[in-house]
Formats: sequence, structure tokens, C-alpha cells
Amino acid sequence: MKFDWSAVGAFLPTFWNGVLVTLQALALGSLIAFGLGLVWALAQRSSLKVVRWPVTALTEFVRNTPLLVQLFFLFYVMPEWGVTLSALATGVIGLGLHYSTYTAEVYRSGIDGVPAGQWEAAIALSLPRRRTWTAVILPQAIRRVAPALGNYVIAMLKDSPMLFAIGVLEMLGEARQFSSQTFQTVEPYTVVGVAFIAIAYPASLLLRALERRLVR
Amino acid sequence: MSADRSTPNTPPADGTDAAASASASGQTELIRFDKVTKRFGSHTVLDALDMKVYPGKHVTLIGPSGSGKTTILRLMMTLLKPDEGTIKLGDRYLTHEDKGGKLVPASDRYSREIRKNIGMVFQQFNLFPNMKVLRNITEAPVHVLGMDKDAAEQRARELLDLVGLTAHLDKYPSQLSGGQQQRVAIARALAMRPQVLLLDEVTSALDPELVAGVLDLLRDIAHSTDITMLCVTHEMNFARDISDCVMMFDAGRVIEFGPPEQIFTAPEHERTREFLSAVR
Repeated sequence: MKFDWSAVGAFLPTFWNGVLVTLQALALGSLIAFGLGLVWALAQRSSLKVVRWPVTALTEFVRNTPLLVQLFFLFYVMPEWGVTLSALATGVIGLGLHYSTYTAEVYRSGIDGVPAGQWEAAIALSLPRRRTWTAVILPQAIRRVAPALGNYVIAMLKDSPMLFAIGVLEMLGEARQFSSQTFQTVEPYTVVGVAFIAIAYPASLLLRALERRLVR
Repeated sequence: MSADRSTPNTPPADGTDAAASASASGQTELIRFDKVTKRFGSHTVLDALDMKVYPGKHVTLIGPSGSGKTTILRLMMTLLKPDEGTIKLGDRYLTHEDKGGKLVPASDRYSREIRKNIGMVFQQFNLFPNMKVLRNITEAPVHVLGMDKDAAEQRARELLDLVGLTAHLDKYPSQLSGGQQQRVAIARALAMRPQVLLLDEVTSALDPELVAGVLDLLRDIAHSTDITMLCVTHEMNFARDISDCVMMFDAGRVIEFGPPEQIFTAPEHERTREFLSAVR
């Protein structure tokens, strides 16, 4: 087996497009996962059963079915209901929704980890409910769980090739397309593999540094 | 505040002078517990407690741990709800709402409104670690009382001056010693200008050498303001210095109360004598 460096050179232009799409999916997916996860976590603390119960059902359902199935469902079934989105938008929503059920658990543990004394101090100062959440509880909870949230971003990165299954040309998609056109397989897939490490490893180092700074 | 039914002749304790009857003082009580019972599971922490505290008085609760002292403060702060009985602050119920002559348990909104008049300092300080010292103090005045931010900061600086921590206003609580944190917590409670200040074993979590500073500060506040204080402490000298009335608790009951001289020098009850000799 010969490693053809010129094939690497030929792959690079489309590869960069793939990197861009991967990072785009990752960034937007993370935003959705962080936002929705917080919504789920707060809804599950609601005193109203009609809020708590459906959210618990939804998050359990999403967490316990494969991401790939969810992506296919969103991509092929939603249009039947009149909702048609681009492959990338569908992928971002699928990724974000799937991971929001995990981040919800992370937020939950962060909120539970805020000492009871903080709630009591907020009560003793008569802080309104909303202010207690936004100024006292969430800043402390999120600080505590930021590294855990970051780990899910890395996990999402590694799940992003699944978007290829619904036709998103992220890194893996571009490699696949390149190899089917040129019949060169080793080079593009190697580049993609190296790219994943090149993104994920520094990111996890960054997270560890963040963890040392935040968790005291 | 006599809670001991076994001695029906005990005069109503009133925080002014345990010997004076409530009517003779000519003042209406600020805090009134009526037959307040609190249970945790099968354990009765407070047993049909009656208690009155008059405005501006400093009442210290003493007694062995588990005797229900802290529970009283937590009930006052609405951190706990009584199982039976009512608590009044001034002419309003703290625990209940008067709805057309019928008493119903207080809603969150109602509790929040009435407890603005009550401040609390905790054993573990409970400062907000995500906020700097100054904002710990201004947070509630701005967001609860609707104070202008500059005015709140001005007031916070005055309070920090009072507690001797002006130099630390830009620090986070974790950068301060326990004694300093507790003084910030006192400033934070005072910033709300409460009618009633609850002090829950405020020096128990402090290193011994830091206790005196906090107690001196509280002495100053007790002697220079007309704030009503309800204080749980194991510092008997402090209790003697600041109290108008000392109440001895045992097993959910007030077994004895009176001015500090009486309780500390001539306690009537055997349990009080035992307790005092144990803590000295």
C-alpha cells in the first residue's frame, strides 16, 4: 500500500469545505443542545405535572433511541408532515435535540449540586424566583458543570459523521465523495481521521484546563 | 413566651422583661408564635410553642442542640412551615393569609412580601460565591426593594465601613476569611433594613480567633440600632451582653426565660443549671 501525498493535496480543497460544515454543525448543534437541555432541566423541576411528565417522556425517548434513527426520522418523515429543511439544518436539529437530553442531566446535577444554603440565602433576601435562578443558582450550577458540557461537545464532534447518512457533506462525506470519484481511499480517510484527532484532542486539553480553573 | 403548660403561673414572656405582663408593657408585640408545633417525621421539634417578642428587643435562645432553637429561626424566615399554629409579624400573619376571615396557608408571593421585613445571618454565611462582596450586598436592595443601583452601592459602602471591610468590596467571598465572610453576610442582611434580624449560630463555623470580631460587631449593632434580634448562640457571654431576654429551650419547650442576669446567675430550672454548667 502506497500513501499518495498528491492525493492528499487533491483532497484538501473539498476537505476544507467538509471541515467547515462539521464545525458549523458542531457549533449550532451545541447551541441547541445547551439551550434545549437547560429548558428540559428547568421543566423537570416544575411543580406542574403537566409540564414535568411530557418532558420526562420526551427526553427519555430521545435518549434511548439511536441518533441515526432520529436523523432519518427528521429527514424523511418530517417532510411528510410539511416540514422540509435542508440536510444540514435537519442534522443540526437532530444532533442538538439528541444531545440536549444529555446536557439536561448535566444541568440537573449542577443545579442539585448548588448548596441548600444558597437557596436559603435567596429566600432570606426575598429575591424573586426568576432572579434567584438567573443570578444565584444557574451561574453556580453552570460553572460547576461547564467541563461536563464540554465533554458532550467532543462527543458530538465524534457523532457528526452520522449527518453524512442524510447527505450532509461534512468531513466524512467529502472523503467518501472524493474516494468514489478518484478510487483513492487511504488518503482521504486518513486525513479525516487525523482531522478528528487534531480537533478533539486540543479541545479535551482545553477542557481539562477549564476544569482546573472552574472546579475548586 | 411561656411555653410551659406545666407551670401555668409563668407570666407571658415578652422580650422586655419576663416578669412584666404583656398588657402592662403597653406595646404590641412584633413577633408572636401561637401554639406552633413543628415535627420532623415522628420527632416533635417544637411543641405548641407560644412566644412573643416586642419591637427592638434582643432575645437569645439557648439550650442543648436539637432543642428546637434553630427551628424557630427557620420558621420565622419561612424556610420551614409550621405543622400547627400561627406566627405573626406585627399585625400580619407570616405563615397564613387572612382570606375573608379564614386563615389559609400563605402563598409564595405573600410570604416573599412579608419576609422582606426579616433578615437572617446563617452559620455557614451563605454568601453568593459568584458575586463580589459589593454585589452580594446590593443584589437584594436593587432587585427586591427596587433601589437605584448607585444608592444601593452607596449604602453597601457605608455598611462595609460599619463592618470594617471597605478594602475588600471588590473581592470574591472565597478570598475572605470566615470572619470576614460572616461580616459581609451581616452587612448583606442589614442592607435590606429589616425589622427583625435572625442570627443562627453565626460564630459556630468560625475559627476561634475570628469569633470576637464578629461578636463585637453584633454588639455594636445591637446597641446602636432599634432592630429586633432573635439570636441562637452558644456564646454565653455574648448572650449576656446583648440580650434583653434569654429563653432556655429543652425538648421543644421553653422551660425558662428571663433577663440574662436571672438566667445566668440564678436559673430556676435544673435543666438550665445543667446546660449552663456544661457550656461554661
